[in-house]
Amino acid sequence: MPTRRDAVTIVGASLAGLWAAETLRREGFEGRISLVGDEPHAPYDRPPLSKKYLAGAVGRDRVDLLGPDKVAELDLDLRLGCRATGLDVAGHVLEVDGVAEPFDGLVIATGARCRTLPGTDGVAGVHVLRTVDDADAIAAALPAEGRDGARRVVVVGAGFIGAEVASTAVDAGAEVTMVEALDEPFGRVLGAEMGAVLADLHRSHGVDLRTGVGVDEVLVDGTGDERRVTGLCLADGTELAADLVVVGIGVVPNVEWLEGSGLTVDGGVVCDETCLAAPDVVAAGDVARWTNPRYGESVRVEHWDNAVQQGAHAARRLLATDEEAEPFAPVPWFWSDQYDRKLQLAGRAHPDDEVRVVTGSTDEFRFVAFYGRDGRFGGVLGMNRPRHLMQAKALLDDGASWDDALALAADWE
Amino acid sequence: MRVVVDYDLCESNAICMQIAPDVFEVRDDDFLYVLDENPSEDRRAAVEESVQRCPKQAIAIED
Ligand SMILES: Cc1cc2nc3c(=O)[nH]c(=O)nc-3n(C[C@H](O)[C@H](O)[C@H](O)COP(=O)(O)OP(=O)(O)OC[C@H]3O[C@@H](n4cnc5c(N)ncnc54)[C@H](O)[C@@H]3O)c2cc1C
Ligand code: SF4
Repeated sequence: MPTRRDAVTIVGASLAGLWAAETLRREGFEGRISLVGDEPHAPYDRPPLSKKYLAGAVGRDRVDLLGPDKVAELDLDLRLGCRATGLDVAGHVLEVDGVAEPFDGLVIATGARCRTLPGTDGVAGVHVLRTVDDADAIAAALPAEGRDGARRVVVVGAGFIGAEVASTAVDAGAEVTMVEALDEPFGRVLGAEMGAVLADLHRSHGVDLRTGVGVDEVLVDGTGDERRVTGLCLADGTELAADLVVVGIGVVPNVEWLEGSGLTVDGGVVCDETCLAAPDVVAAGDVARWTNPRYGESVRVEHWDNAVQQGAHAARRLLATDEEAEPFAPVPWFWSDQYDRKLQLAGRAHPDDEVRVVTGSTDEFRFVAFYGRDGRFGGVLGMNRPRHLMQAKALLDDGASWDDALALAADWE
Repeated sequence: MRVVVDYDLCESNAICMQIAPDVFEVRDDDFLYVLDENPSEDRRAAVEESVQRCPKQAIAIED
């Protein structure tokens, strides 16, 4: 089967790209695989960057995903520090750092980058967190043994990465304020009720969480290249002093290089149900938008597990014929570690879903909650309940009903 | 086939348990237990999938 193409190029040397490369080899592809990435680093894992790596509890060796041995084993043409600058889908030509090169098959896995606060470029003490360099910079600013570091940390945006940074900063001994423009922190993903539980978790650890208030202005000292953050002015007029500001207000997919390529780009690279964006071109991970037939909706998912599964799926799609191609229909799943709690969400939480805590208690921050409506079981949230979470996820995978889910939970007490 | 888990790496997220519940179990204490350290050959595919999908690369197969 895998002889239809001689050379596959993968753009984006991170999680989805690496999984695509591994899967191509696992499926028996013997041609050349080029893995092109614009970071100077070999692929590494991002989740630890806001957790153990940021805390200094694990080193770089626990974050790196691709050592020299594996490069040789996979027989990869690894091209780091190289940026794809253009694409012509019809002509099967990719442009890397301005130089055209042909491809037989292409995997687009350029991920996403952080949104920034306007006017903060080059201001010392203001950070986003996406790369290992970002993590190193924030880690160097946090308090640590034998060093004072930033005492007052402000996290802008109560998203999951911001929440993890807040938790790591609290554990490091900083005073942390989290500012969220929406009224319901984490509500977009978890719904209002469970979002409030997570908000309580942070408050119980001493985080000053302010919701329903945006940031008006970043206050700085100095001019030009010498500017350093001193605080934030909030929309309600409050001034917050800050030594370190971490901005976690979401990401944007890296699609600019695809302008004029012939691909449809609409908040991500638009693919069909099988992850195909155009003949011989697939996309995966944070950059890909596809119709998940399970939900009949076009989605883009920014989770670790999705990058892994979609990277693998896209690689198989590239090797398959149109007749063999299978749709990519996963139940989304992610985890987040905050303080000593592990939060996991599988499936989806709709704002108007019924939410029922089926075991444990939210006061103790150890529970499982189901989301659903009209007899349908749509999602499950767990805090420090990985076993039950995965059992419930298996039901979601099978499309089980609300009653089936309750029957499973009845066995848990 | 012998299954070995590096418990220093494992974060108990139970992906392996979903793939091979007869081999891996995360219990109510939130720790992972290997139920069957020497699974039979017909479980190899499932165990290999667990190895690949473990986010912490905590599982190894020693033949
Ligand atoms: C701090 C942090 C913590 C996280 N924690 C969790 C978690 O706990 N649980 C969870 O489920 N998910 C988590 N995630 C999300 C998860 O890491 C992402 O979903 C995953 O990294 C997506 O992988 P990807 O390969 O699609 O994209 P990315 O990891 O974004 O990689 C894309 C790569 O492509 C490169 N690139 C971009 N444009 C070009 C170009 N033109 N040419 C060449 N290269 C290019 C980028 O520099 C990057 O290296 C976290 C993410 C971050 C940042
Ligand atoms: S998948 Fe890996 S990290 Fe998760 S429980 Fe299993 S061994 Fe541990």
